Amino acid sequence: MSIPLEHNYIGLTETSSMERSSDKLSSSTSSTLSSEDGKTSALNLKQTELRLGLPGSESPERNSGPGVSLFGKELEDKNNGYSPSPLKNLVSGAKRGFSDAIDGSDKWVFSLSNGSEADLFSPGGGNGGKPSTQYSCLSATPNMKEAASVPQSPKPLQEKKPQVPAANEQGSAPAAKAQVVGWPPIRSFRKNTMTSNLAKNSDAEGKTGFGCLYVKVSMDGAPYLRKVDLKIYNNYVEISSALEKMFSCFTIGQCSSHGLPGRDGLNESRLKDLLHGSEYVLTYEDKDGDWMLVGDVPWEMFTNSCRRLRIMKGSEAIGLAPRAMEKCKSRS
Amino acid sequence: MDPKRKKDCHDSGESTRVASTFPDEVLERVLALVKSHKDRSSVSLVCKDWYDAERWSRTHVFIGNCYSVSPEIVVRRFPNVRSVTLKGKPRFSDFNLVPPNWGADIRCWLVVFAAKYRCLEELRLKRMTVSDESLEFLALSFPNFKALSLHSCDGFSTDGLAAIATHCKNLTELNIQENDIYDKSGCWLSCFPENFTSLEVLNFAYLNNDVNFEALERLVSRCKSLNVLKVNKNITLEQLQRLLICAPKLTELGTGSFLPELTDRQYSELKRSFSICSNLNVLSGLSEATALYLPALYPACTNLTFLNLSDAALQSEEFAKLLVHCPRLRRLWVLDTVEDKGLEAVGSNCPLLEELRVFPSDPYEEGIVHGVTESGFIAVSYGCRRLHYVLYFCRQMTNAAVETIVQNCPDFTHFRLCIMTPCQPDYRTNEPMDKAFCAVVKTCTKLRRLAVSGLLTDMTFEYIGKYAKNLETLSVAFAGSSDWGMQCVLGGCRKLRKLEIRDCPFGNAALLSGFEKYESMRSLWMSDCKVTMNGCRFLAKEMPRLNVEVMKEDGSDDSQADKVYVYRSVAGPRRDAPPFVLTL
Repeated sequence: MSIPLEHNYIGLTETSSMERSSDKLSSSTSSTLSSEDGKTSALNLKQTELRLGLPGSESPERNSGPGVSLFGKELEDKNNGYSPSPLKNLVSGAKRGFSDAIDGSDKWVFSLSNGSEADLFSPGGGNGGKPSTQYSCLSATPNMKEAASVPQSPKPLQEKKPQVPAANEQGSAPAAKAQVVGWPPIRSFRKNTMTSNLAKNSDAEGKTGFGCLYVKVSMDGAPYLRKVDLKIYNNYVEISSALEKMFSCFTIGQCSSHGLPGRDGLNESRLKDLLHGSEYVLTYEDKDGDWMLVGDVPWEMFTNSCRRLRIMKGSEAIGLAPRAMEKCKSRS
Repeated sequence: MDPKRKKDCHDSGESTRVASTFPDEVLERVLALVKSHKDRSSVSLVCKDWYDAERWSRTHVFIGNCYSVSPEIVVRRFPNVRSVTLKGKPRFSDFNLVPPNWGADIRCWLVVFAAKYRCLEELRLKRMTVSDESLEFLALSFPNFKALSLHSCDGFSTDGLAAIATHCKNLTELNIQENDIYDKSGCWLSCFPENFTSLEVLNFAYLNNDVNFEALERLVSRCKSLNVLKVNKNITLEQLQRLLICAPKLTELGTGSFLPELTDRQYSELKRSFSICSNLNVLSGLSEATALYLPALYPACTNLTFLNLSDAALQSEEFAKLLVHCPRLRRLWVLDTVEDKGLEAVGSNCPLLEELRVFPSDPYEEGIVHGVTESGFIAVSYGCRRLHYVLYFCRQMTNAAVETIVQNCPDFTHFRLCIMTPCQPDYRTNEPMDKAFCAVVKTCTKLRRLAVSGLLTDMTFEYIGKYAKNLETLSVAFAGSSDWGMQCVLGGCRKLRKLEIRDCPFGNAALLSGFEKYESMRSLWMSDCKVTMNGCRFLAKEMPRLNVEVMKEDGSDDSQADKVYVYRSVAGPRRDAPPFVLTL
């Protein structure tokens, strides 16, 4: 942190921090909050500098007339239609604290050299009196008509939160797609609920499993359905082998026709051929009622969204089967 | 402190004369019937006698900001309090804008209460930090303790709940709502003694661990006065059915998981159990509910006035079918999975609706997003003319829609519209959403709470200042063009009590324009605006009865006051502020 420089708003400081050239104005206000180390303290100065001019007086290097600007910006006369008069009021009817300042000089320029805050209400200058409320009019930020205006574009999350543009008719902010801290304003417990409802978060934070999760399993051509408890399996391989054991009685015939050894039950690799090969495809119906191919999503997500299973004949799953084959190959 | 009152003789002439002919005891009796805090405040200001009578007769004290007053001051003024409601952290702490360990610890309050309010019966806390030790202390210090409600609190674990269950022999209410706690296990429920029968309200819907179901079943059976039961998601439908048999007189029910996994026989038993519950006014839970089992609920919905489906991602069809059976609905909370079609059904079926909250199911757009639009809201407004409270999360809105809505429903008292993308304009005209909120404040003269969103210029705030004369709470995010906006609000909204602002271009001038105003408000929150440290220091200096607190963020400019929290206080600056809270 830089050493706070003595500053007062009655006079100028020696160092002519009056570098109020317009190029300063073009820098983004948002950089005030940014952690851009490349810029020097001059940047801070630019951003936080406050200049206060009385009506009719000219602040140094200021082209437009009266007005106060925060952050080194100029106040345009037509800004919100109240520029000079409040200042006049201030001059005439101002409470003690500021009238002293006014008497003290005809310029209330108040600026800082480097780093520290240039601020209208520095305690260094304040006397006891309260500022009048008209004072508040002084610091309207310039409207967007200015070319190099106050752009506060949303920043990515790394800066902790985006600066969103000051809104007005001219500017329309780019929608902040980056996540903003605390936005939308939803309670965190609600987020957990929603994500588990949508089965989007496979970590399922805060959501504990139920005791069991029985779903029906149907197989094309089989005379009856079965039910399996998804909770007792941990991955797709386990459930596949369980299913093949269950439905083995219906598939013996096909197995032999594949020329696979039919000894000691169907083993794992054969099961894949069976269920994911050209003969059968394992699909499931999810919460939305759509039929999905088993194996795409993480296991947790699958168990959260699966409502029933269907072992589909490959000939029916004409669009799915080839993909299933590829997937099978890529997984094994 | 001497419990006997001393009659304060004062020489304010007439008031003494009048008051002295009216025995104090009678006055106290009469005042005991005055319940509203605002009325009581008014009563206390009439004259000294009335102030005294009021303070002696007050049994419930509500403290909206725990740092605005000290426990010592409270107990000194109100010696006979039995019920305390305390709120702690600023509301934006709900959205992670307040770092942990900020404060609002109940401990110092409990210590003082234990000394002075031996008869304390009720404690309702919101956004306070409560430790297990505090809960145990509470359980042991107040023999008559009856009702504990913890809403959005943090700092405790289920061990603390176990202490409450173990020691509070007269407990009637245990309401653990939406807290951020360390959920170790469900054992706490088993800590209720077997001879404990006084429970009337039990809400553990947001705890995650399994409780011992048999213990719960026994508890529900023996607590004959139980009328509110909200269980967590781990309770299955089968278990729920058994609970319903034990407690058919429930008026408020929060189900566990509604996952359809019953046999047919179990399902018909469930239906039967619900049909016996003819007293249900409030229904919530229903997580994982699907179209399949919702019909079991239909018979229980006849007298429903509040339906909370914010845990149940229902689709429009099953939702519409359910609504047909809920003609008396007055409050409805849903997820936006029901979409506009579902809201049309609301408009068609719920003419008595007064409150609607639509929550986003996918706030971060991680999936394919539908949600609700302005049409749903419009449809509700046509059908539900009594609507006066709305909280609506959507992704698109138009000015015209809002104008129509408030024309249909001019009685809004709470209007909270959240267009989820910051600074989003009217999607049809690409204009700012100014006209929408202008219409709201102009038309809804009874408006007390307003939350704005979308692309907004100072015009919105000019209108708010000009028309929203009853506004008490205003929430602003990513809006406004200049200090003028905030100045208008501070200058125009006479009844403003809470102002919370984030990410707006309001700076020192705006902050300071509210000098005198802040003493009549509960609090002001400004985060990521353009306020500087010096501005805050100035405010603090000028207004000694305000606490001006600043929290800075890592890496921010030294001069910026990233988070500013200003509130009035008679207790002076906080003595327990953590290092990151700078009191100016």
